[in-house]
Amino acid sequence: MKTLIVSVVTPDGPVMEDSYEMVSLKAENGELGILPGHIPLVAPLTIGAVRLKGPEQTNRLAVNGGFVEVRPDKVTILAQSAEKPSDIDVERARKAKERAERRLQTKQDDIDFRRAEHALRRAINRLDVIENS
Amino acid sequence: MASLRDIQNRINSTKKTKQITNAMQMVSASKLNKAEQNAKSFVPYSDKIQEVVASIANSGEDSNHPMLQAREVKKTAYFVITSDRGLAGAYNSSILRKVYRTIQERHQSTDEYTVIAVGRVGRDFFAKRGMPIAREITGLADQPDFADIKDLTSETVQMYLDEEIDELNIYYNHYVSAISQEVSAKKLLPLTDVSAEGKQLSTYEYEPNQEEILEALLPQYAESLLYGALLDGKASEHAARMTAMQSATDNANDLIDDLSLSYNRARQAAITQEITEIVGGAAAQE
Repeated sequence: MKTLIVSVVTPDGPVMEDSYEMVSLKAENGELGILPGHIPLVAPLTIGAVRLKGPEQTNRLAVNGGFVEVRPDKVTILAQSAEKPSDIDVERARKAKERAERRLQTKQDDIDFRRAEHALRRAINRLDVIENS
Repeated sequence: MASLRDIQNRINSTKKTKQITNAMQMVSASKLNKAEQNAKSFVPYSDKIQEVVASIANSGEDSNHPMLQAREVKKTAYFVITSDRGLAGAYNSSILRKVYRTIQERHQSTDEYTVIAVGRVGRDFFAKRGMPIAREITGLADQPDFADIKDLTSETVQMYLDEEIDELNIYYNHYVSAISQEVSAKKLLPLTDVSAEGKQLSTYEYEPNQEEILEALLPQYAESLLYGALLDGKASEHAARMTAMQSATDNANDLIDDLSLSYNRARQAAITQEITEIVGGAAAQE
Protein backbone atom coordinates (compact mmCIF):
# COMPACT_ATOMS: atom_id res chain seq x y z
CA MET A 1 0.00 0.00 0.00
CA LYS A 2 1.21 3.47 -0.82
CA THR A 3 2.00 5.73 2.07
CA LEU A 4 2.40 9.41 2.65
CA ILE A 5 4.61 11.27 5.08
CA VAL A 6 2.80 13.14 7.80
CA SER A 7 4.58 15.77 9.82
CA VAL A 8 3.00 17.71 12.64
CA VAL A 9 4.60 21.00 13.60
CA THR A 10 3.70 23.42 16.39
CA PRO A 11 5.33 26.67 17.53
CA ASP A 12 6.89 24.69 20.40
CA GLY A 13 8.64 22.38 17.98
CA PRO A 14 7.93 19.40 15.73
CA VAL A 15 5.63 16.82 17.33
CA MET A 16 6.10 13.86 15.00
CA GLU A 17 6.93 12.79 11.49
CA ASP A 18 6.13 9.35 10.13
CA SER A 19 4.50 7.64 7.15
CA TYR A 20 0.89 6.52 7.16
CA GLU A 21 -1.65 5.18 4.72
CA MET A 22 -4.39 7.66 5.41
CA VAL A 23 -5.00 10.81 7.38
CA SER A 24 -8.38 12.05 8.44
CA LEU A 25 -8.82 15.39 10.09
CA LYS A 26 -11.43 17.93 10.89
CA ALA A 27 -11.29 21.02 8.70
CA GLU A 28 -13.41 24.07 9.33
CA ASN A 29 -16.16 22.93 6.99
CA GLY A 30 -16.16 19.23 7.66
CA GLU A 31 -14.08 16.10 7.88
CA LEU A 32 -11.33 15.51 5.35
CA GLY A 33 -9.82 12.17 4.48
CA ILE A 34 -6.48 12.28 2.70
CA LEU A 35 -4.90 9.39 0.83
CA PRO A 36 -1.53 9.35 -0.96
CA GLY A 37 -1.58 11.22 -4.26
CA HIS A 38 -3.99 13.91 -3.12
CA ILE A 39 -3.87 17.18 -5.08
CA PRO A 40 -2.12 20.07 -3.27
CA LEU A 41 -4.55 21.56 -0.80
CA VAL A 42 -4.63 24.03 2.07
CA ALA A 43 -7.42 24.01 4.62
CA PRO A 44 -7.85 25.54 8.06
CA LEU A 45 -8.44 23.11 10.92
CA THR A 46 -10.68 23.33 13.94
CA ILE A 47 -10.29 21.79 17.35
CA GLY A 48 -10.49 18.10 16.74
CA ALA A 49 -8.77 14.75 16.56
CA VAL A 50 -6.43 13.82 13.74
CA ARG A 51 -6.51 10.12 12.90
CA LEU A 52 -3.40 8.67 11.32
CA LYS A 53 -3.97 5.24 9.85
CA GLY A 54 -0.85 3.12 9.52
CA PRO A 55 -0.45 -0.48 8.34
CA GLU A 56 -0.82 -1.88 11.85
CA GLN A 57 -2.41 0.68 14.05
CA THR A 58 -4.25 3.95 14.00
CA ASN A 59 -2.77 6.83 15.95
CA ARG A 60 -4.66 9.81 17.22
CA LEU A 61 -3.58 13.35 17.97
CA ALA A 62 -5.48 16.11 19.72
CA VAL A 63 -5.06 19.15 17.52
CA ASN A 64 -6.09 22.70 18.27
CA GLY A 65 -6.43 25.20 15.44
CA GLY A 66 -3.94 25.81 12.67
CA PHE A 67 -4.17 24.42 9.17
CA VAL A 68 -3.13 21.54 6.97
CA GLU A 69 -1.01 21.67 3.85
CA VAL A 70 -1.37 18.67 1.56
CA ARG A 71 0.99 17.62 -1.19
CA PRO A 72 0.81 14.38 -3.17
CA ASP A 73 3.41 12.66 -1.01
CA LYS A 74 3.38 14.73 2.14
CA VAL A 75 0.92 16.17 4.64
CA THR A 76 2.02 18.94 6.97
CA ILE A 77 -0.17 19.86 9.88
CA LEU A 78 0.64 23.26 11.35
CA ALA A 79 -1.24 23.50 14.61
CA GLN A 80 -1.11 25.86 17.54
CA SER A 81 -0.93 22.79 19.71
CA ALA A 82 -0.88 19.08 18.97
CA GLU A 83 -0.63 16.33 21.54
CA LYS A 84 -0.18 12.59 21.40
CA PRO A 85 -2.39 10.62 23.78
CA SER A 86 0.67 9.90 25.94
CA ASP A 87 1.39 13.63 26.32
CA ILE A 88 -2.09 14.59 27.43
CA ASP A 89 -2.58 15.40 31.07
CA VAL A 90 -5.93 13.74 31.76
CA GLU A 91 -6.38 15.32 35.16
CA ARG A 92 -5.76 18.78 33.76
CA ALA A 93 -8.11 18.27 30.83
CA ARG A 94 -10.84 17.02 33.14
CA LYS A 95 -10.41 20.02 35.44
CA ALA A 96 -10.42 22.39 32.48
CA LYS A 97 -13.64 20.81 31.30
CA GLU A 98 -15.34 21.26 34.66
CA ARG A 99 -14.15 24.82 34.92
CA ALA A 100 -15.38 25.66 31.44
CA GLU A 101 -18.75 24.06 32.10
CA ARG A 102 -19.15 26.05 35.31
CA ARG A 103 -18.29 29.22 33.48
CA LEU A 104 -20.77 28.53 30.73
CA GLN A 105 -23.56 28.12 33.23
CA THR A 106 -23.07 31.51 34.85
CA LYS A 107 -24.11 34.14 32.33
CA GLN A 108 -21.28 36.43 31.35
CA ASP A 109 -20.38 38.74 28.53
CA ASP A 110 -19.63 37.47 25.04
CA ILE A 111 -15.86 37.25 25.15
CA ASP A 112 -15.73 35.19 28.32
CA PHE A 113 -18.47 33.01 26.99
CA ARG A 114 -16.65 32.32 23.76
CA ARG A 115 -13.42 31.68 25.60
CA ALA A 116 -15.06 29.19 27.91
CA GLU A 117 -16.69 27.49 24.96
CA HIS A 118 -13.32 27.13 23.26
CA ALA A 119 -11.73 25.81 26.42
CA LEU A 120 -14.53 23.28 26.77
CA ARG A 121 -14.10 22.08 23.21
CA ARG A 122 -10.36 21.72 23.68
CA ALA A 123 -10.82 19.75 26.89
CA ILE A 124 -13.46 17.47 25.37
CA ASN A 125 -11.24 16.87 22.37
CA ARG A 126 -8.31 15.87 24.57
CA LEU A 127 -10.40 13.51 26.66
CA ASP A 128 -11.92 12.08 23.51
CA VAL A 129 -8.51 11.34 22.03
CA ILE A 130 -7.40 9.59 25.21
CA GLU A 131 -10.51 7.45 25.45
CA ASN A 132 -10.30 6.27 21.87
CA SER A 133 -6.63 5.47 21.73
CA MET B 1 46.40 54.48 53.68
CA ALA B 2 43.58 52.10 54.57
CA SER B 3 44.23 49.78 57.46
CA LEU B 4 44.91 46.08 56.95
CA ARG B 5 41.51 45.17 58.35
CA ASP B 6 39.67 47.53 55.98
CA ILE B 7 41.40 46.07 52.97
CA GLN B 8 40.70 42.55 54.14
CA ASN B 9 37.02 43.39 54.51
CA ARG B 10 36.84 44.79 51.02
CA ILE B 11 38.55 41.72 49.60
CA ASN B 12 36.05 39.48 51.35
CA SER B 13 33.02 41.40 50.17
CA THR B 14 34.31 41.53 46.60
CA LYS B 15 34.81 37.78 46.72
CA LYS B 16 31.21 37.31 47.82
CA THR B 17 29.98 39.49 44.96
CA LYS B 18 32.11 37.54 42.56
CA GLN B 19 30.57 34.28 43.71
CA ILE B 20 27.11 35.69 43.00
CA THR B 21 27.92 37.09 39.57
CA ASN B 22 29.69 33.88 38.68
CA ALA B 23 26.65 31.81 39.64
CA MET B 24 24.35 34.15 37.70
CA GLN B 25 26.56 33.82 34.68
CA MET B 26 26.31 30.06 34.77
CA VAL B 27 22.55 30.14 35.25
CA SER B 28 22.20 32.47 32.27
CA ALA B 29 24.46 30.27 30.19
CA SER B 30 22.26 27.25 30.71
CA LYS B 31 19.09 29.31 30.12
CA LEU B 32 20.62 30.64 26.94
CA ASN B 33 21.18 27.10 25.79
CA LYS B 34 17.54 26.25 26.33
CA ALA B 35 16.36 29.49 24.73
CA GLU B 36 18.46 28.81 21.68
CA GLN B 37 16.89 25.38 21.38
CA ASN B 38 13.41 26.86 21.69
CA ALA B 39 14.15 29.37 18.97
CA LYS B 40 15.48 26.56 16.81
CA SER B 41 12.47 24.30 17.29
CA PHE B 42 10.23 27.17 16.26
CA VAL B 43 11.97 27.53 12.88
CA PRO B 44 10.17 24.66 11.06
CA TYR B 45 6.79 26.09 12.02
CA SER B 46 7.60 29.64 10.99
CA ASP B 47 9.21 28.54 7.73
CA LYS B 48 6.21 26.50 6.74
CA ILE B 49 3.63 29.11 7.64
CA GLN B 50 5.64 31.75 5.80
CA GLU B 51 5.81 29.52 2.73
CA VAL B 52 2.09 28.87 2.65
CA VAL B 53 1.17 32.50 3.32
CA ALA B 54 3.54 33.65 0.60
CA SER B 55 2.18 31.23 -1.94
CA ILE B 56 -1.38 32.31 -1.23
CA ALA B 57 -0.65 36.01 -1.08
CA ASN B 58 1.38 35.94 -4.29
CA SER B 59 -0.92 33.65 -6.19
CA GLY B 60 -1.85 36.42 -8.60
CA GLU B 61 -5.34 37.20 -7.46
CA ASP B 62 -5.51 40.49 -5.64
CA SER B 63 -6.53 39.97 -2.12
CA ASN B 64 -8.13 42.76 -0.16
CA HIS B 65 -7.80 41.23 3.23
CA PRO B 66 -7.35 44.08 5.74
CA MET B 67 -4.12 42.63 7.05
CA LEU B 68 -2.50 42.87 3.64
CA GLN B 69 -3.71 46.39 2.90
CA ALA B 70 -1.96 49.49 4.11
CA ARG B 71 -4.44 52.06 5.35
CA GLU B 72 -4.14 55.60 6.54
CA VAL B 73 -2.24 55.58 9.82
CA LYS B 74 -4.04 57.28 12.65
CA LYS B 75 -2.54 55.30 15.45
CA THR B 76 0.71 53.38 15.54
CA ALA B 77 1.41 50.61 17.99
CA TYR B 78 4.87 49.75 19.27
CA PHE B 79 5.35 46.21 20.50
CA VAL B 80 8.41 46.42 22.75
CA ILE B 81 10.10 43.36 24.19
CA THR B 82 12.18 43.92 27.32
CA SER B 83 13.09 41.79 30.30
CA ASP B 84 11.54 41.63 33.75
CA ARG B 85 14.76 42.00 35.65
CA GLY B 86 17.82 44.15 35.17
CA LEU B 87 21.47 43.10 35.43
CA ALA B 88 21.53 42.36 31.73
CA GLY B 89 23.94 45.02 30.58
CA ALA B 90 22.65 47.28 27.84
CA TYR B 91 19.88 44.84 26.88
CA ASN B 92 16.95 46.98 27.99
CA SER B 93 18.44 50.43 27.74
CA SER B 94 19.43 50.14 24.09
CA ILE B 95 15.93 49.06 23.06
CA LEU B 96 14.15 51.63 25.17
CA ARG B 97 16.40 54.41 23.93
CA LYS B 98 15.68 53.48 20.34
CA VAL B 99 11.92 53.24 20.83
CA TYR B 100 11.78 56.45 22.82
CA ARG B 101 13.73 58.35 20.20
CA THR B 102 11.61 56.99 17.36
CA ILE B 103 8.40 57.94 19.14
CA GLN B 104 9.69 61.43 19.89
CA GLU B 105 10.60 61.93 16.26
CA ARG B 106 7.44 60.57 14.73
CA HIS B 107 4.65 61.70 16.98
CA GLN B 108 3.53 64.98 18.43
CA SER B 109 0.81 63.83 20.79
CA THR B 110 0.07 60.72 22.79
CA ASP B 111 -3.08 60.12 20.72
CA GLU B 112 -1.00 59.04 17.78
CA TYR B 113 0.61 55.99 19.27
CA THR B 114 0.35 53.34 21.89
CA VAL B 115 2.78 50.90 23.43
CA ILE B 116 2.40 47.17 23.99
CA ALA B 117 4.96 46.34 26.62
CA VAL B 118 6.46 42.94 27.31
CA GLY B 119 8.57 42.88 30.45
CA ARG B 120 8.55 44.89 33.64
CA VAL B 121 11.48 47.14 32.75
CA GLY B 122 9.80 48.35 29.58
CA ARG B 123 6.43 48.81 31.21
CA ASP B 124 7.87 50.89 34.05
CA PHE B 125 9.86 52.98 31.61
CA PHE B 126 6.81 53.96 29.54
CA ALA B 127 4.49 54.32 32.52
CA LYS B 128 6.95 56.69 34.21
CA ARG B 129 7.03 58.92 31.14
CA GLY B 130 3.25 58.97 30.92
CA MET B 131 3.10 57.18 27.60
CA PRO B 132 -0.03 55.20 26.76
CA ILE B 133 0.26 51.46 27.30
CA ALA B 134 -2.41 49.43 25.54
CA ARG B 135 -1.40 45.96 26.69
CA GLU B 136 1.31 44.65 28.94
CA ILE B 137 2.63 41.33 30.06
CA THR B 138 5.12 40.81 32.85
CA GLY B 139 6.48 37.80 34.64
CA LEU B 140 6.89 35.83 31.45
CA ALA B 141 8.64 32.48 31.93
CA ASP B 142 12.25 32.17 30.83
CA GLN B 143 11.21 29.55 28.32
CA PRO B 144 7.80 30.74 27.21
CA ASP B 145 5.34 28.30 25.64
CA PHE B 146 3.22 29.39 22.76
CA ALA B 147 0.21 29.01 25.03
CA ASP B 148 1.67 31.55 27.50
CA ILE B 149 1.60 34.41 25.06
CA LYS B 150 -1.27 33.32 22.85
CA ASP B 151 -3.63 35.77 24.55
CA LEU B 152 -1.32 38.72 24.10
CA THR B 153 -0.56 38.01 20.45
CA SER B 154 -4.16 37.38 19.47
CA GLU B 155 -5.30 40.52 21.32
CA THR B 156 -2.65 42.50 19.50
CA VAL B 157 -3.69 41.20 16.11
CA GLN B 158 -7.32 41.76 17.03
CA MET B 159 -6.54 45.41 17.85
CA TYR B 160 -5.36 45.80 14.30
CA LEU B 161 -8.40 44.08 12.85
CA ASP B 162 -10.70 46.27 14.97
CA GLU B 163 -8.90 49.31 13.55
CA GLU B 164 -7.88 50.34 17.03
CA ILE B 165 -4.38 50.58 15.61
CA ASP B 166 -3.38 51.04 11.97
CA GLU B 167 0.21 49.95 12.08
CA LEU B 168 2.20 47.61 14.28
CA ASN B 169 5.93 47.96 14.81
CA ILE B 170 7.95 45.53 16.80
CA TYR B 171 11.16 46.28 18.70
CA TYR B 172 13.32 43.59 20.19
CA ASN B 173 16.91 42.50 20.55
CA HIS B 174 17.86 40.14 17.78
CA TYR B 175 20.14 37.34 18.88
CA VAL B 176 23.19 37.34 16.63
CA SER B 177 25.54 35.34 18.82
CA ALA B 178 26.26 34.84 22.50
CA ILE B 179 28.29 38.03 22.60
CA SER B 180 26.38 40.16 20.16
CA GLN B 181 22.74 41.21 20.06
CA GLU B 182 21.37 44.03 18.01
CA VAL B 183 18.21 46.08 18.31
CA SER B 184 15.83 45.09 15.59
CA ALA B 185 12.91 47.23 14.46
CA LYS B 186 10.34 45.77 12.11
CA LYS B 187 7.02 46.78 10.72
CA LEU B 188 4.79 43.80 11.26
CA LEU B 189 1.34 44.94 10.23
CA PRO B 190 0.08 45.53 7.63
CA LEU B 191 1.84 42.57 6.04
CA THR B 192 3.13 44.34 2.97
CA ASP B 193 6.17 42.28 2.19
CA VAL B 194 5.18 38.64 2.26
CA SER B 195 7.90 37.50 -0.05
CA ALA B 196 8.73 33.95 -0.90
CA GLU B 197 12.47 34.61 -0.90
CA GLY B 198 13.25 32.43 -3.88
CA LYS B 199 11.42 29.39 -2.59
CA GLN B 200 9.60 27.08 -4.93
CA LEU B 201 5.98 28.09 -4.67
CA SER B 202 3.29 25.53 -5.07
CA THR B 203 -0.22 26.11 -6.27
CA TYR B 204 -2.90 24.79 -4.00
CA GLU B 205 -6.53 24.00 -4.00
CA TYR B 206 -8.19 25.99 -1.28
CA GLU B 207 -10.79 24.52 0.96
CA PRO B 208 -13.25 26.29 1.23
CA ASN B 209 -11.74 29.28 -0.67
CA GLN B 210 -8.80 31.61 -0.72
CA GLU B 211 -10.42 34.44 1.18
CA GLU B 212 -11.47 32.25 4.06
CA ILE B 213 -8.07 30.64 4.26
CA LEU B 214 -6.44 34.04 4.50
CA GLU B 215 -8.99 34.96 7.14
CA ALA B 216 -7.79 32.07 9.28
CA LEU B 217 -4.16 32.04 8.27
CA LEU B 218 -3.03 35.66 8.43
CA PRO B 219 -3.77 36.22 12.12
CA GLN B 220 -1.91 33.01 12.89
CA TYR B 221 0.97 34.13 10.74
CA ALA B 222 1.19 37.48 12.51
CA GLU B 223 0.98 35.74 15.87
CA SER B 224 3.76 33.40 14.90
CA LEU B 225 5.95 36.36 13.94
CA LEU B 226 5.34 37.92 17.35
CA TYR B 227 6.12 34.65 19.07
CA GLY B 228 9.30 34.28 17.03
CA ALA B 229 10.42 37.76 18.05
CA LEU B 230 9.71 36.91 21.66
CA LEU B 231 11.83 33.76 21.54
CA ASP B 232 14.58 35.72 19.83
CA GLY B 233 14.32 38.40 22.52
CA LYS B 234 14.53 35.82 25.29
CA ALA B 235 17.65 34.28 23.81
CA SER B 236 19.21 37.75 23.58
CA GLU B 237 18.24 38.51 27.15
CA HIS B 238 20.01 35.46 28.51
CA ALA B 239 23.01 36.10 26.28
CA ALA B 240 23.19 39.75 27.39
CA ARG B 241 22.91 38.76 31.04
CA MET B 242 25.55 36.13 30.61
CA THR B 243 27.97 38.61 29.05
CA ALA B 244 27.21 41.25 31.69
CA MET B 245 27.82 38.80 34.50
CA GLN B 246 30.96 37.54 32.82
CA SER B 247 32.43 41.03 32.75
CA ALA B 248 31.26 41.67 36.32
CA THR B 249 33.15 38.55 37.39
CA ASP B 250 36.22 39.69 35.47
CA ASN B 251 36.04 43.10 37.11
CA ALA B 252 35.74 41.51 40.53
CA ASN B 253 38.85 39.46 39.79
CA ASP B 254 40.79 42.58 38.81
CA LEU B 255 39.62 44.36 41.92
CA ILE B 256 40.61 41.44 44.12
CA ASP B 257 44.08 41.41 42.52
CA ASP B 258 44.51 45.13 43.13
CA LEU B 259 43.28 44.89 46.68
CA SER B 260 45.51 41.90 47.43
CA LEU B 261 48.48 43.89 46.16
CA SER B 262 47.73 46.83 48.42
CA TYR B 263 46.99 44.45 51.28
CA ASN B 264 50.42 42.86 50.90
CA ARG B 265 52.09 46.27 50.60
CA ALA B 266 50.36 47.44 53.75
CA ARG B 267 51.34 44.25 55.57
CA GLN B 268 54.96 44.63 54.40
CA ALA B 269 55.00 48.24 55.52
CA ALA B 270 53.67 47.27 58.93
CA ILE B 271 56.37 44.58 59.33
CA THR B 272 59.12 46.95 58.22
CA GLN B 273 57.90 49.54 60.65
CA GLU B 274 57.86 47.01 63.48
CA ILE B 275 61.44 45.92 62.72
CA THR B 276 62.61 49.52 62.57
CA GLU B 277 61.01 50.13 65.91
CA ILE B 278 62.64 47.06 67.48
CA VAL B 279 66.02 47.93 66.03
CA GLY B 280 65.60 51.50 67.14
CA GLY B 281 64.65 50.35 70.63
CA ALA B 282 67.61 47.96 70.85
CA ALA B 283 70.02 50.65 69.65
CA ALA B 284 68.73 53.03 72.32
CA GLN B 285 69.50 50.48 75.09
CA GLU B 286 73.15 49.99 74.13
